[in-house]
Amino acid sequence: MTAVVTDTAAVQEREEVTTASPRVRYRGGWRIVAGKEFADHVRSVRFVLLVVLIALAGLASVHSAAGPIRDAAEDASTTPSIFLYLFTLSPDRVPAFHEFLGILGPLLGIAFGFDAINAERSQRTLPRLVSQPIHRDEIINGKFVAGLGAIALALAAVMAIVGGYGAFRLGLGPTSSDMARIIAFYVVAVVYVGLWLAMSILFSVISRRAATTALTAIAIWLVLTLFGGLIAGVIADAIRPVPDEATVAQVLDNARLDLNIRRVSPDQLYREATGVLLNPARQTTGVIITETVGALPSTLALRDSLLLAWWQLVVIVAVTIALFAAAYIVFLRQEVRA
Amino acid sequence: MSSAEPIITTEGLTKRYGDRVAVDQLTLEVGRGEVFGLLGPNGAGKTTTILMLLGLTEPTSGRVRVDGLDPTKDSLRVKARVGYVPDEVGFYDDLTARENLRYTTDLNRIPRREANARIEEVLDAVGLGDAIDRRVGTFSRGMRQRLGVADALAKRPSILILDEPTVNIDPEGVRELLALVEQLRTDHGVTVLLSSHLLHQVQQSCDRMAIFVAGKLRACGTVEELAANLPDRWTFDVDVTGVEAPEQVLAGVAGVASCTRAEGRWRVHADHDVRTALHDAVVDAGGRLTHLSRVAADLDAIYHEYFTQASEQPEEVPA
Repeated sequence: MTAVVTDTAAVQEREEVTTASPRVRYRGGWRIVAGKEFADHVRSVRFVLLVVLIALAGLASVHSAAGPIRDAAEDASTTPSIFLYLFTLSPDRVPAFHEFLGILGPLLGIAFGFDAINAERSQRTLPRLVSQPIHRDEIINGKFVAGLGAIALALAAVMAIVGGYGAFRLGLGPTSSDMARIIAFYVVAVVYVGLWLAMSILFSVISRRAATTALTAIAIWLVLTLFGGLIAGVIADAIRPVPDEATVAQVLDNARLDLNIRRVSPDQLYREATGVLLNPARQTTGVIITETVGALPSTLALRDSLLLAWWQLVVIVAVTIALFAAAYIVFLRQEVRA
Repeated sequence: MSSAEPIITTEGLTKRYGDRVAVDQLTLEVGRGEVFGLLGPNGAGKTTTILMLLGLTEPTSGRVRVDGLDPTKDSLRVKARVGYVPDEVGFYDDLTARENLRYTTDLNRIPRREANARIEEVLDAVGLGDAIDRRVGTFSRGMRQRLGVADALAKRPSILILDEPTVNIDPEGVRELLALVEQLRTDHGVTVLLSSHLLHQVQQSCDRMAIFVAGKLRACGTVEELAANLPDRWTFDVDVTGVEAPEQVLAGVAGVASCTRAEGRWRVHADHDVRTALHDAVVDAGGRLTHLSRVAADLDAIYHEYFTQASEQPEEVPA
């Protein structure tokens, strides 16, 4: 082990490492873990597949939204934020882009988290990893950051593709206030997908097998995002039935309960938050009845839209933090073996 | 017996998992530059001991010092000095040998330029220089084991810990690995701690060894010292001609406990050195002694003596 090293700095460094002098500070190990994990994610097949899948869905919805907008834009040139309608309009039964992201986005979070820890166990790389000079929590922190980074990159790519195509179809780019709203939407989407990432990392800490984790996470995803609405409707009808000759109050009660049950799902919170952020004309996150639409023919500033979506955003962030904290604690308490 | 100053010391080291005692009052010293064997059946507490040395598990009580540091308080610095090859070491299969090792050198904060040279050097040292850019997924078990050693060496450790390094590799692989360990010690003065449940495989590589059973240290020393502590060490193989009833003659010698037929010869167990007395008895009986050799307390005897005692006790910790 007598490599010829002429570089004095390198010699010094080697000295420091071999003698492990107190001068060497082993800080910031999470950055090294995150760097490696991020590179793995970005180079993986799942990254490419998911970006393509979500981008295709996004293109479909933007394409179908662009047609009516173009037709309407002729006489509605005074309407602010036409560009944003690309993301929220859903004609032809194709969900709007932000809804698509609410449904498919969780897959990104699950994909980058479901084998975060248990793959290290099954590959038997975990004992080797923890025996390097890093703190144990830096492993899980680094993995979370890397996952979030991969999600941010994937969503940025999808939005660039979808937004670019929309601008091309519309022959119209976003205004600066549209841009601000799109960025706000982007940040909320990243945090929302981060929630699913934290959840799947938690499962990957608890369960030994990556397949179990993936299936559990996907089951929860299906129930919360796809069947959540159906289940909420059934429960709401049972508790607050709507008879044939129902009063307005009864219908409203039913709708409010239905909405509140849906809010158990992060998908609903995300939809409400992004719905408000992407539509300056929208003035409530609650039940909308046709009579109130356009009742106040004004639009909100981004600040006001953020205030409107405030509690939804806080809940999404809080749940993400809680899920990650749980994963962190469980991981630190686990024995290296086991 | 330990050479120079100790590099690893433990005093009354104990680890309990609930009611189970994995390691019980372990007191041990390993000298700098020694190759030290931790021997014992599966579940004897070898891996738990290693994890405590690395600061990966907190001792319930007792004291550990590794290269002058306390692993529970100074875990990172201990881990920077100790190269650890875990039991059935694993790698990222999609990455090449070089990429796997680069992650390790990064985690040890070794600058990239220096790391590149080191990675090539350690892979050459373990005979994987040609496979440096191959994906680890294509490696055999023996290659993985050697890659594990290279991985541990990349940080230039002062101590190398190998946990069950010979399990799951073929005899030739074992031989190569042990030759490598020998070379590391002589060339670089690395202290090597080797855990194994296969006494035969590792005994010739170890200067000293500690025998662990159910978390307790049973014996510690060189093979000779371990053998000397065995009760049954005066055993001889004898062959005679010209004697009508050799068994009676041999058994009649004072101090002989038993005389049995074994492998075409007479095997005599005695309580002291009876060689001259055996010779005299045979000559007195009118015969001649054609063979007389002492049967050393061999590894089988050591193994049997220390390990089977253990199996009579319930195993307390599954591996």
